[in-house]
Amino acid sequence: MAQTKRDLLVDPLVDNNPITLQVLGICSALAVTSSLQVAFVMALAVTAVTGFSSMFISVLRNQIPGSIRIIVQMVIIASLVIIVDQVLKAYAYEISKTLSVFVGLIITNCIVMGRAEAFAMKNPPIDSFIDGVGNGLGYGALLLVVGFIRELFGAGSLFGVTILPTVNNGGWYVPNGMLLLPPSAFFIIGLLIWAVRAWKPEQVEKREYKIQVVEGH
Amino acid sequence: MGLRNFFDRIEPHFVKGGKYEKLFPIYEMVESFIYTPKAVTKAAPHARSYVDMKRIMTYVVIATIPCIIMGLYNVGLQVNSAYETIDPSGWRAWIISLLGIGFDASNPLANFAHGLLYFLPIYITTLVVGGIWEVLFATVRGHEVNEGFLVTSMLFALIMPPAAPLWQVALGISFGVVIGKEVFGGTGKNFLNPALTGRAFLYFAYPANMSGDTIWTPVDGFSGATALSIGASQGYQELAANGMNWMNSFVGTVQGSIGEVSALACLIGLAFLLITKIANWRLVVGCMAGMIGFSLLLNVIGSDTNPMFAMPWYWHFVVGGFAFGMVFMVTEPVSASHTNMGRYIYGALIGFMVVMIRVINPAFPEGMMLAILFGNVFAPLIDYFVVQANIKRRARRNV
Repeated sequence: MAQTKRDLLVDPLVDNNPITLQVLGICSALAVTSSLQVAFVMALAVTAVTGFSSMFISVLRNQIPGSIRIIVQMVIIASLVIIVDQVLKAYAYEISKTLSVFVGLIITNCIVMGRAEAFAMKNPPIDSFIDGVGNGLGYGALLLVVGFIRELFGAGSLFGVTILPTVNNGGWYVPNGMLLLPPSAFFIIGLLIWAVRAWKPEQVEKREYKIQVVEGH
Repeated sequence: MGLRNFFDRIEPHFVKGGKYEKLFPIYEMVESFIYTPKAVTKAAPHARSYVDMKRIMTYVVIATIPCIIMGLYNVGLQVNSAYETIDPSGWRAWIISLLGIGFDASNPLANFAHGLLYFLPIYITTLVVGGIWEVLFATVRGHEVNEGFLVTSMLFALIMPPAAPLWQVALGISFGVVIGKEVFGGTGKNFLNPALTGRAFLYFAYPANMSGDTIWTPVDGFSGATALSIGASQGYQELAANGMNWMNSFVGTVQGSIGEVSALACLIGLAFLLITKIANWRLVVGCMAGMIGFSLLLNVIGSDTNPMFAMPWYWHFVVGGFAFGMVFMVTEPVSASHTNMGRYIYGALIGFMVVMIRVINPAFPEGMMLAILFGNVFAPLIDYFVVQANIKRRARRNV
């Protein structure tokens, strides 16, 4: 299946989104989306890690022995995550504190491993890099949408700037406290998946069962 | 029978091929609300029963009537009592004085009328907003709007605090109907109780409006704690000092959500549901057993720092939403377990969880809502194990 480089980049945004279609990387999507700023940094970090890890794994793909490939991939991904973590600590310490353990947990993000296994092991480096960046952006796009909804309606602000003045600060908006709790991201992601599949019905999975209608006369 | 003729005349427009075929669910809703549904059993044995879904749901609504009456009386009583020290204000006070009913807390009629002015806006909002969602889903998906929604909306309105803002009521019932029921396919396919799902959403989204001491009596500047929050902070022995004894908690003249205050009214409803066999008695027995068993155990263990350990089971029964939840929500047939053994376990699990949350979890004074939702989630699993155990037992018999 020949894919153009543009397809590799654009497909994961909606048509093959890692979260809404493949349902990967949900844990971090729940944890880091309570404010848009954090979600944005997380999206950048994951995009950088998926892009470069896919590229490096692809460069080495013919040298990696099949039996230990997961370990080799993990080493590459872990090195990149450490670099990202150090960069955040150096230049964005406050945000890195809010993200806390979730930067380190990019290692276990299914999207990174998924792209390494599914794409980078069989494709040349440039394509792998674009594919990795595309998937990171697809993940990031969803993170931003969820973060937008959660921060706007949960705290009445966007990127920390007040949009809807809350009652506690003398405004009129009563913030929805549940949107600041991680479970709310479940509902939002679920509703987004619903919306995307209503928009693009080809994403709807086939039923695993069939309800039989018994007609007796 | 002019109405019947009217329905017969307009029906062709709504069936397949008619002008308004897309609006059939709405026609069907109004028609089957007024008349008996036309669909009858067609399969071979012709087993007939007068109990169809319409009747089940209507009976549950009838069973809530004692709770509604007691609830309205109590809301009015609390407000009128508060008005003895605080000046009446707001549009409700305006209507009451316009009608010349007065704010006499010893006059049951005045209390009832005042309570009605608090309950009706909440109930109407619930019906309209929830109804719009129901009709929307029914129209798009082509299933029917059934009387189940009347139950959901009534229960939802009854578990609201009287001071709940109407926009929150609208948001809560929207969440309950859409996420609690319609995304799973509508009535009969919901594994959670829709009314409680909506209530839980509000509880976590707007804790300031759904818990605390100022929301149970909708008067500005008045604060009245529920029995559970006093029990948690000072111990149930102190309830008498706050004007609450077992009897008025049982009858229901205390602070609480609109319909849940009266254990007595709930018991009348329960008797009706058990006689008509809408509610399964095993669920009630299980729930009572779980609650009594675990609270007795905690009584024995005791605690120096947590006064709730000492609360006896007959207090647990009358305070908070236990009685209401047990009668109307634990017994809900769709979200409960479906096997007889499973019903005991399901009920006991909820009874146990209520006491657990009330006594041991310091964050939540009341646990009935969370306990029932917890039980709902486990109901299919309980059924699975009961069925598997039965299969194993029978397999052993025929080695």
